Amino acid sequence: MFRYYLGLGLHSLRRNPALTVLMVVLIGAGVASSMITFAALRALTADPLPQKSAQLFGPQIDNWGPANRSEDGEPPRALSYNDALALLNAHKALRQTAIYQMTLSLVPSDAKRAPFTVKGYAATEAMFAMFDVTFIDGGGWGAEDDAKGGSSVVLSRRLSQKLFGGVNSLGRSVSLGGHDYRVAGVMGDWNPQPRFYAEGSINIVSDVGDPPDFFVPFVTAVNFQLNDSWGESCVSDYKGVGWNDLLRSECVWISFWVQLPTLADVQQYKFFLDGYAAEQGRIGRFQWAPNNRLRSLLQWLDYVHAVPEETRISFLLAIGLQLVCLVNTVGLLLAKFMRRRGEIGVRRALGASRRAIYVQFLIEAGMVGVAGGLLGLLLTALGVFGMGSFFDARVARLVHIDVSLLGLTLLTSIVATVIAALYPTWRAAQVQPAWQLKSN
Amino acid sequence: MATMQIRPILAALRHHRGATALIVLQIALTLGIVCNALFIIQQRREHMARPTGIDEANLAVVHNQWIGKFTTDQLNAMTLGDLAALRQLPGVGDAYADYTYPAVGPGAQLLSVRYTREQPKKTSYAESYYADEHTLSTLGLKLVAGRNFRPDEIRAIGDADNFTPAVIIITQDLAERLFQQQSAVGRAIYIRDMPSTIVGVIEHLQVPAIGTHSFAYCSILLPLRSGDVNNGGSYYLLRAKPGQLNNVVRTAPAKLLTLNRMRVLDEEGGAQPYSVLRAVGYASDRGMALLLGMICAVLLAATVGGIVGLSSFWVSQRQKQIGIRRAIGATRGDILRYYHTENFLIVSFGIVLGMLLALALNLTLMKYYELPRLPLYYLPMGAVVLWLLGQLAVLGPAVRAAAVSPVTATRSV
Repeated sequence: MFRYYLGLGLHSLRRNPALTVLMVVLIGAGVASSMITFAALRALTADPLPQKSAQLFGPQIDNWGPANRSEDGEPPRALSYNDALALLNAHKALRQTAIYQMTLSLVPSDAKRAPFTVKGYAATEAMFAMFDVTFIDGGGWGAEDDAKGGSSVVLSRRLSQKLFGGVNSLGRSVSLGGHDYRVAGVMGDWNPQPRFYAEGSINIVSDVGDPPDFFVPFVTAVNFQLNDSWGESCVSDYKGVGWNDLLRSECVWISFWVQLPTLADVQQYKFFLDGYAAEQGRIGRFQWAPNNRLRSLLQWLDYVHAVPEETRISFLLAIGLQLVCLVNTVGLLLAKFMRRRGEIGVRRALGASRRAIYVQFLIEAGMVGVAGGLLGLLLTALGVFGMGSFFDARVARLVHIDVSLLGLTLLTSIVATVIAALYPTWRAAQVQPAWQLKSN
Repeated sequence: MATMQIRPILAALRHHRGATALIVLQIALTLGIVCNALFIIQQRREHMARPTGIDEANLAVVHNQWIGKFTTDQLNAMTLGDLAALRQLPGVGDAYADYTYPAVGPGAQLLSVRYTREQPKKTSYAESYYADEHTLSTLGLKLVAGRNFRPDEIRAIGDADNFTPAVIIITQDLAERLFQQQSAVGRAIYIRDMPSTIVGVIEHLQVPAIGTHSFAYCSILLPLRSGDVNNGGSYYLLRAKPGQLNNVVRTAPAKLLTLNRMRVLDEEGGAQPYSVLRAVGYASDRGMALLLGMICAVLLAATVGGIVGLSSFWVSQRQKQIGIRRAIGATRGDILRYYHTENFLIVSFGIVLGMLLALALNLTLMKYYELPRLPLYYLPMGAVVLWLLGQLAVLGPAVRAAAVSPVTATRSV
């Protein structure tokens, strides 16, 4: 019976090709537009570390006070060197790390090769475990380098490949920003997106999507006076000169992350932060009530607007477009089905049940849905490949086609078309055979 | 005649409640979405069209990063050496070094401007440029009051220094915000805890950050020079003599590398025309406008298609009634008018609903995203477009209806 209905459907669709093509194009265009924008949204709202994000929190400490606070009353997004050091040394979380980003020039040991710029981060050893960094060679630099500021570096697979070819690079020397570092480890394909871990890395549009080229120990970076490449934020009356003034200042530039496995740990850490701020008040550094924050990773992403608002708005409007295409399909199917009252009347008179009519017309609609879905697949693929011209490079790099996206495209168009066909099919099934036969 | 037809049309539509409701709904959704999408497109276009105030066509930008750690004085000497060499290149009009560049810069320093040191809240925000005596000539800026910086006023600073310049140059836009119609030259303002005297006012200069909206023209030129901002190097801005830009883009990096090889220039050949940087900077605005434009086009096409489809259906369904009307004296014109009036009525219902929908959608977008209120004139504009499209869409089916012969009435009954 199914095959018979397929045949009937095909025949009917062929009888009015213009209408059929119109419906298929509408469904295809509608589904493709929502799928393209959905793919972009999905790529950007994805959890960068699904298995860990619930345990990671970013503390913020108000070391600027009401006079320098932003209008929403939020404390600075980063920490000052003093506060970062205090939180590191307090060891109140399971793990904690201080991170800031830097751009350094790399001079290859081979004098014939031109120097180039690399981008990476200063962090503490705990970061590797906290963010589930994978290694193909070696590992972190160990506690001693963290404490004493040893010249160790962890390279990305790409940079290691670029510098040393395929050869094992562990223990080799790399000249970064005028200092020599020893390679302690080479990272695997670790690259959580968006790069939530350092303030400033999230909203940068250029060079995004690439994994960090390197990590160096936090203490080493501070000793070598390596600035944060995003820049420090200072209160307006800061008038220090030089690196040592900066370290003593209330200027903020260091991102801080703690790993807190249980809710009790989170409560305890909040308590600790408030205690720390109160203590700073007692020694006269803060003249205001503690105003701290402890946001989870996902709350943090939301707070810093990691998802460009373009992406959400275009998704919303694309959904609207699909809705219009659906309403349209309902109308066109209604026209198509009602035109065949006579045929329905004959079939009903010859003994077809209402149910048979339902099945026949829903199958016909399903065929339109499949055709629309195939067109939608094609348009979605074109759209994703051409994404660079719609969204900024960052979004475009993250978006990709996979089986789930393709499956969802096809499923959406079939389900949507069948839903659109419900009302027209119901009307078709209501056709009175006697009336139709009489009027013909 | 047309007014007399409205009653029978409404009566007929009542028989097709389902289909009529579908078209009304579709028109409403289309109007709601298209108005908002066009409004966002217009916003993006305005954003892209903002005048930078500089001589864009002849400007080239070189990103230079030194290798190694130097003192502020060493960096300053190296930067000055580079600039002197660049200015001597044939084809180069002038050059200066900055930490950023206008409108689509890689970074921007935010300044809070106050009248007095004690003033708790800022009077205006502003963004800075690090300028020297060559900046005005390099960027092609017009001084409208006061004077340019003198060479002895330019100070080299390092990363961690926070130095308040004694003299600054501001844009006219900022001057008007601060002092309304009075002259700004000679007045002192606070951008940190020391006063800075305004020595010059330039006509127009957009701030470096692309995302700045409410103070996009509040630029302050600071007489500072830094050869290495946060280990990220600095930017050399070069003004080419007319027609020499491509030449300069090619020769400038080569010249710099012969001076000193221990530096990293941008991967993209070392120098880039400003127009390229600008296009990259506004790519997401252009993309958004393009995407929304396509959504609008598909929407309108879908609506037209839907109207054509349903009207054709009605015409074929009403063949006999049309034949009867023709047989009892209706002219072709009457039939045509009937369909156009019917379409006008349906679209009008949709437009009323769609205007409400457009406002509701705009309120939603305003609540969750930084979008201004939809100007009300978008609504009648959208309505007119939909009315016209509706009339156009129904034209084909209506002509076919008018072609129905009166003889049809006598057949097959």
